[in-house]
Formats: sequence, C-alpha cells, structure tokens
Amino acid sequence: MKETNQKASGAPPVLEINDLSIAYSGKTILRNATFDVQNNEIFGIIGPSGSGKTSFLKAVNRMDQLTPGMTTTGSIHFHGYDTATWRNLYSLRKRIGVVFPLPTGLPLSVYENVAFAPRISGVRQKVELDQIVEKCLRRAALWDEVKDRLTSLGSLLSGGQQQRLTIARALSQDPDLLMLDEFSIAVDPVTTMRIEDVLKQLKSEISIILVTNLVQQAERLADRTAFFLNGEVVEVGQTEDMFNGRAKDVRTTDYVEGRFG
Amino acid sequence: MFTQTAHNVQNYKIEGRWRILFLVMTALLILPVLIILTLLIVRGGPAISWEFLTAFPIKGMTAGGVFPALLGTIYLVSLALVFSVPLGIAAAIYLSEYAPDNVMTRIINLAIINLAGVPSIVHALFGLGAFVIFMEFGTSILAASLTLAIMTLPVVIVATKESLQSVPQAFREACWSMGATRWQTIRRIVLPNAVSGILTGVILEVSRTAGETAPIMFTGAAFFLPFLPESVFDQTMALSLHLFVVATQVPNVPHDLPYGVALLLVAIVLLMNALSIGFRVRLRNKKKW
Ligand SMILES: Nc1ncnc2c1ncn2[C@@H]1O[C@H](COP(=O)(O)OP(=O)(O)O)[C@@H](O)[C@H]1O
Ligand SMILES: [Mg+2]
Repeated sequence: MKETNQKASGAPPVLEINDLSIAYSGKTILRNATFDVQNNEIFGIIGPSGSGKTSFLKAVNRMDQLTPGMTTTGSIHFHGYDTATWRNLYSLRKRIGVVFPLPTGLPLSVYENVAFAPRISGVRQKVELDQIVEKCLRRAALWDEVKDRLTSLGSLLSGGQQQRLTIARALSQDPDLLMLDEFSIAVDPVTTMRIEDVLKQLKSEISIILVTNLVQQAERLADRTAFFLNGEVVEVGQTEDMFNGRAKDVRTTDYVEGRFG
Repeated sequence: MFTQTAHNVQNYKIEGRWRILFLVMTALLILPVLIILTLLIVRGGPAISWEFLTAFPIKGMTAGGVFPALLGTIYLVSLALVFSVPLGIAAAIYLSEYAPDNVMTRIINLAIINLAGVPSIVHALFGLGAFVIFMEFGTSILAASLTLAIMTLPVVIVATKESLQSVPQAFREACWSMGATRWQTIRRIVLPNAVSGILTGVILEVSRTAGETAPIMFTGAAFFLPFLPESVFDQTMALSLHLFVVATQVPNVPHDLPYGVALLLVAIVLLMNALSIGFRVRLRNKKKW
C-alpha cells in the first residue's frame, strides 16, 4: 500500500538496498540484503551483535571508503541515486546524520559541537549559527539543560547529555536520513525515553534508521523492522507482525521473544 | 585465620630481592648524571659571567667569551628548524592521516625509524657531499643547517605522527560521518589536539640539535672566526665544536674554560627539556576527553 502510494507521488524511497553484500578483507559479513527504507518512517534493525548492523550503516553513508579492507557489492540508492556513482561523497554524508553507540562529543565546546557541520558547509554568520545551534539543541531535547553552558566542553556533559549532543550534532547537518546505532547503550533509561520521544517527533520531517539491541525499543518505535542474523537479513516486515507471532521466519519469533541470544 | 604457606613466604622474599635489584640499577644509572652535573657546576660555574656570554674568544681561545659560538648555535638550530619542522609535520600528516595502510607505507615508516638511528657522522658525510659539494653551498650555515635538518627530520616525523595518532579515531569518524573532508577534520580537530605533543617533540629536537658536533664539523662550523657570520653562506662557530676545540685542540687553556662551555651547552639543553616537560604537563591538564 505504502509503496504504491509513493510510486504514485513519484518520490523514490529514501533508501533502496539491492543485493548488498559487505566484506572485510574478503570475508563476507553481510550477504545479499535487499529491502527499502521509506520516507518518514522509523526503520528498525534488530539482531545479535556481530550480525552486520553497524557495517550496514557504514555502507549506507559510504564509510567503506574510509575503512581499510571494507568492500561492498550490490547497490544502494539514496533518494533514487546510486551511491556508488555519487561523485561528492562528502555531500552524501552531509545528508545522512549518524549517531554512534558511544557518545563521541568532539573535543570542542557544546556550541562548537553543534556548529561544526554548518561551519564546514560554509556557514559563517554568527546569527545564523546561533539559530542552528539553538534549534538543533531544542530538537534533541537538550537546550534547557545546556543553554547556560554553551561554551563549556561537550565532553564534560553527562553520558545522556552527550548522546543528545551527538543527536543535535547529527541534526545540525540538516539530514534527510538519521541513522542511530544502539544509541541507548551508554544512556540511562530516562534519557532513553526522552530520546525516543524526540525520534517520534522527528519522524514527520526525516527518515530514521534505528539499530537497536533492545527489541522492545524497536517494538515501541519502528514502523517496520529488519532482523539481521549472522550476516543474513532474515526478514523485513511490519513491526507489529513481528512482535505478534506473525513473523515469516521462526528465527525472528525466537529472537524477539528472547529465546536465543 | 589467615596462614601463610611456605610458598607465600618464599614469594615475598623473592619480591623483596627484585625490588632492591631494580633500585640499585636505577641508582647506578642516575649516579653518573649527578656526578657530571655537579662537576660541571662546581668547575664550570666560576667561568660563567656576562663577559663569557657576550665577548669573543681572545688569546688563541684561552680567554674571553664564547659569544660567536653561542650565536652560531642559535643560528644553526633555528635555520635547521625552519627546514625540518614544516617538512616533518607535513610528512607526518600525510603518513598518519592520508597514506593507505599498505606495504609501501610500512616500508616508508620503517625507513624513517631506521633513519633516526643512522649515526650522525653518516649524516655529516651526506651533508658534505650533498650540500657543500654537489649543491655548491660551500661550508656554510646553510649547508650545516640543512644537514642538521635532514638528521632531525625522522625524529620530528615520528614525534608528530605519535601525537596525531593519540587523537582518538572516533573523533575522525564522527567528523567524516558529518561530511567533513580529511583536511577539515585535520585542521579543526586533529591538529589542535596534537599541537602540544608536536611542540614537545620539536623542542626535544632543538636540544638534541644544539649538542651535535659531527654533522656541522664538515659542513659549516669553524674552529675559530674573528667575526660574526653575515649571511647563510658564511661559516660560523658553534658551541659544541667550540667545546671540542678548547677541550682538546688548544694548548694552555685554563681548566675552567671547557667546563664553562660544557655547562652552558648543558644548560641550554636542560632548559629546552624543561620547556618541553612544561608543555607536556599543560597538555595533560588541558586534555579534552
Ligand atoms: N573494521 C572491521 N574490520 C574487520 N572486521 C570487522 C570490522 N568491523 C566489523 N567487523 C566484523 O564484521 C562483523 C559484523 O560486525 P558489525 O557490523 O559491527 O555487527 P553488529 O553491529 O551487528 O554488532 C563482525 O564479525 C565484526 O567482527
Ligand atoms: Mg554494532
């Protein structure tokens, strides 16, 4: 249904993954993945560690170029354009925000952390930067906590605040697609909930890929979910179906019900 | 109740012996340094005066000061830095941030480490051949500085590479994933956080360069000159060579004089080392992660 609607409106899905395989130094760790990520959906990816989730995200923003030994085959289309033939990879990465499992506040002030992406894109005006910084910190539900300490080091914030800072930073790129990789690993439950609320709101503006080690998080947030297992995309389906025993593959049901790990 | 087994007791005794062994070794190591320093200060201290620092040597170098040698050393070291620092930092940035991790890069890295171990007399002969004779700079400040620069380049490269690599990879990946180019990442994140380390390395280099004798002996340093150099194509005196000369080559030198020159040289080197330690402490206090 959704797919046909989109075809009718002419907008291609934000990501079309076609027969994607990923290898490190010749050793394949993700095989023949084929699925789409729709516009304005939260797309969950679940699976045990080592199943290739992070590597998939790296392939999407072409970090394989900067990772020694990493190679990909197959194709990834971003908004209908093949990322393999994308000439300026920096501009591709600017349109895809990434949040890593461990908050990596750059060794800069809170303000400069968020102003980094606009600055490297050539924004110079103080007024404009101020606006972007405030807007992104507000969207990441961090503004009220840091508005009086914008000049102090980002790395002095608490873990949960730092993770929201990296989300604000990712948003400062003004991305079409936000990819979060197990963001809640180093974050307390309260902050996790706040970030989940943020993601629900962001959904109306951008597409989100949510890699998560908490299956319930996928259940709470994701419209559709993919289950990765040992380099295989076992299935991609509506999240409700997966969590209500209507998964196509018995391994998916086993995993979401915690029967293996 | 806790009871010791024979094995426990045995281990405890052996532990004590090892501790003492290491302590004695350390003491043996420090002892010569202490003796040298004490000797230098006691014997050389009286020789040092304002005149010693600012006057020319007189009476066949048996009296007067060491001004031209001091100035010459400053010239040589400064000019060597002008060549080796930009080149060394650029090479280190390339090797650490751009070069692919392949056989070629590894060979280059290995070569650089080995180059740092080449005896300075070899560099001296290379400098003589390359700069004095082939490039026709003659024995001059320029040739000597270039020789010193070549000699110190590997160390500058290694020190810079180490400080660049001490900046966590996660910062680079965070920048790249925002669409930053390698150069934007280096300029805004990597270099600012490596600069203290680089400076430390450079200052340590200065102290090493200041003490070298062999590389400048054939390429630009003179035994004695009654006037100061006027351009980089002139020869110059230098403290290290001057020490060698007054200690071994000139008859009837008062005993204090060589000690004075040595003390001055050591003081310069220690001052530089203290500076670099200062930087390192500052670096540690300013750590941003
Ligand atoms: N840079 C790398 N070099 C070599 N192997 C890697 C690298 N990164 C990940 N791998 C391997 O690829 C597999 C998938 O890893 P990853 O994508 O991180 O999985 P996940 O995020 O699902 O835990 C693992 O077996 C891991 O060891
Ligand atoms: Mg992972």
